Amino acid sequence: MAKRVLLGAAAVLLVVGAAYMAFFVAPEERTMGVLQRIFYFHVACAWAGLTAFMICFVANLLYVWKRREKYDWLGVSCAEVGTVFTTVVLISGPIWAKPAWGIYWTWDARLTSTFILWLLYISYLLLRTLVEEPDRRALLSALFGIFAFIDVPIVFGAIRWWRTQHPAPVIMGGPNSGLAAGMRPTFYFGVIAMHIFMWFLISERYSLEKIRSDIELLRQEAEAS
Amino acid sequence: MKNLDSVFWAYILGWAIFFGFHLSIAKRSNDLRAEVERLKKLTFGKSREK
Repeated sequence: MAKRVLLGAAAVLLVVGAAYMAFFVAPEERTMGVLQRIFYFHVACAWAGLTAFMICFVANLLYVWKRREKYDWLGVSCAEVGTVFTTVVLISGPIWAKPAWGIYWTWDARLTSTFILWLLYISYLLLRTLVEEPDRRALLSALFGIFAFIDVPIVFGAIRWWRTQHPAPVIMGGPNSGLAAGMRPTFYFGVIAMHIFMWFLISERYSLEKIRSDIELLRQEAEAS
Repeated sequence: MKNLDSVFWAYILGWAIFFGFHLSIAKRSNDLRAEVERLKKLTFGKSREK
């Protein structure tokens, strides 16, 4: 319990610090001005969401291999948290796009693949509500999670492989890309803070699955006695 | 400052979603804990009757 409170407090302090740095420490970008400050939040959320899906993928593989329920709990926790982060990305992106591009949405490679990713993990979560038997539910959702992860490298590569509306990558984007030196500390601090916040949400969600398993045991005991 | 409202809404809506998600976890957790207590009482009650 104390560990969870400590992690929560650290996560909140870090994200508040990241927001402060995004508004008051990072230099103003020349062409977009204050609007570019959405970048620190939008990209950090996108990276944290993709990391959550990556952990979900590993947990799904481990479940299929070892059939231990803790991997199922981790898988569903990461899928739910990753979906929340992707929702934030799909909302903050269009808010940024409207003044920058003149439109909220366009079906370009990055936007479309991100939207499909969101739909895939919504389907993953819906699938779990449709199967009653716990072992079958865990196996089916793990297999679906492995399939859904195929879209993650496509989202990552979309702005590298195809040149459409979304800006080219500034991080890991090749020789002519890169972030201004003054923006780097704010960006990386934001990414770390958002990952710690993501881990806090995953651990909170994981504890929920643990209680659910306790209930299942107690129900069996109640039925037996 | 131009476009400050967009920056404001991007951050506010984002944090509202995170806050709402955390609240939903807390609510589900409370409901499940209440269910655990109910089942414990039921199980212990039955074993005492025996």
